[in-house]
Amino acid sequence: MTTDAATAPSSLLSGQGRGLVDRFGDRALYLITLLAAILSGVILGGITYEVFKLAGSAISKFGLGFLTTSNWDPVHEQFGAAQFIYGTAVSSFGALLIATPLSIAIALFLTELAPRRSRTPIAVLVELLAGVPSVILGLWGILVLGPFLNDTVEPALHAALGWIPLFGGTYSPVGLFPAMVILTIMTVPIVSSLTREVFATVPPSAKEGALALGGTRWDMMTTTVLPYSRPGIIAAVMLGLWRAVGEAIAVTQVIGGAPGIHANIFIPAQTMASQIAAQYQGASPLNQSALGYLAVVLLILSLVFNGVARLLVRGVQRRAKVS
Amino acid sequence: MDYEPSDVTVVDRKDEITSRIPRPAEAPAPASPPQQSSETPASGLERMHATRHIRLEDLHAYYGSNHAVKGVNLSFEPGKVTAIIGPSGCGKSTMVRCVNRMHEEIPGARSQGRVLLDDVDLRGPGVDVVAVRRFVGMVFQKANPFPTMSIFDNVAAGLRFTGTPRDEITDRVNAALEAAGLWDEVEGRLSEPGMSLSGGQQQRLCIARALAVEPAVLLMDEPCSALDPVATLKIEELIGQLKQRVTIAVVTHNMQQAGRVADTTAFMLSGELVEVGPTEKMFTNPDDERTEQYVTGKFG
Repeated sequence: MTTDAATAPSSLLSGQGRGLVDRFGDRALYLITLLAAILSGVILGGITYEVFKLAGSAISKFGLGFLTTSNWDPVHEQFGAAQFIYGTAVSSFGALLIATPLSIAIALFLTELAPRRSRTPIAVLVELLAGVPSVILGLWGILVLGPFLNDTVEPALHAALGWIPLFGGTYSPVGLFPAMVILTIMTVPIVSSLTREVFATVPPSAKEGALALGGTRWDMMTTTVLPYSRPGIIAAVMLGLWRAVGEAIAVTQVIGGAPGIHANIFIPAQTMASQIAAQYQGASPLNQSALGYLAVVLLILSLVFNGVARLLVRGVQRRAKVS
Repeated sequence: MDYEPSDVTVVDRKDEITSRIPRPAEAPAPASPPQQSSETPASGLERMHATRHIRLEDLHAYYGSNHAVKGVNLSFEPGKVTAIIGPSGCGKSTMVRCVNRMHEEIPGARSQGRVLLDDVDLRGPGVDVVAVRRFVGMVFQKANPFPTMSIFDNVAAGLRFTGTPRDEITDRVNAALEAAGLWDEVEGRLSEPGMSLSGGQQQRLCIARALAVEPAVLLMDEPCSALDPVATLKIEELIGQLKQRVTIAVVTHNMQQAGRVADTTAFMLSGELVEVGPTEKMFTNPDDERTEQYVTGKFG
């Protein structure tokens, strides 16, 4: 049945008979949502601009040497970031070293081993851990974790592995080690829930194949689940690293805030993020600019970790779609 | 059953499967004297097991409250290919998945009855499910090579599960590829990904993978349903060659395929076994009217 425009009722052409909101609603909705989307990009750009602007005088004064020198002397206005970069690197990598196997274990348990009914409650509990405000974790770190590590774990580690410089003989309730443990607690929920999602993309037919071939659960995991998930696990760890590198509050609370580069992880240190959080108020202009330079380094590191992780995740999703 | 293992070495591995449960003292040990194989003894696949006869007794299977298999009694005999035919959803796949106990991997699924491998109930208490699957291999509807593994590693996977010594693995992988009719096509590129093969080759890779661990029984769940006619023909020829080495049960909804490969055909309908008999009789002169209607294409 064909109707040409001339014979159509006039309301079809003019939209008369529909209210104003009805007529322009969709267009308005489009504009509002577009604005919201643009806003997030503008904010990211604005922050980046401001941080670079703040860092400007420090960048021109210290150049790239800032990254390799370690004196931080507000009195003589000499600034170098090496000790904070070291603190950030050791605390974050240390945390990931503990968090990665733990997260993989949690994810394997929840996707392959746990009784089906208990999976969701346990997963929710693990993710709730991510909801604890970091300042509360830091408080717990000061009151409970630090003293416990100082009195029990650190002497034990030193007794067993004291020949490694990392586990030197000076103990302290604050320092790199408590910071690592706190960061572990903060990253495990993220890394384990992402890893769990990655495991869910493993083709069930491949897992079935391993079991039908006379594989144990462990065989099934090592032949199909883990190798298939490797890029996804790496992405999850990168996102965990991103979280650990950027965490300021809880780390500031437990790390002790002492300058210097020491092999011993039991004594106080400082990270880039905790240095910014601890020192910015009341600092001199060049000192503030140096902290801005730290922020630039932090921002670039975060964007790199996040970007690489996203690329890896996209690769995993594409492969999951193909198979 | 008049089967005589005359020209093959008999390996009695029945104890492996029940090693974790105390065997009754009167349990018979039908050990035929081992005989030397007249064919190439290098290939472990030439050997045959004393334990090869599968008998289902009053087998029921459920998915939650859905009663999918309703009291089936059926035998898979050594040296013969048994085809299980029937319309979609008749329970034929579920039934064979009870034999290697893959059925119970599905949440909410359970089963009842007995699945006897010779005189051992594979569903009995204390039977090790991993051991069961090493005796009863399976090939799935859709070829499922391990996605991250090379051709070689795919076939070696099962051998590695059982802790086969390294120096044996290469020979057994080659023998399994040979037995699955894939050797000529993959020789020289064993380190390429299994996924790089064509669909039919992938399915034969899965057959090689299953054969490498020398199962007593091979279950094939619609092995050709995703393949083109040429690849299908190759698999069917392969089934004919393998039946002397391993007891084969093929689930298929392709009646012509059953006619081509099977010595015995079983017809299932709505979870029940309607009729079982020699393939030729099933297709020309079945006893049951429903079988007649199905094989002549009146429904299904």
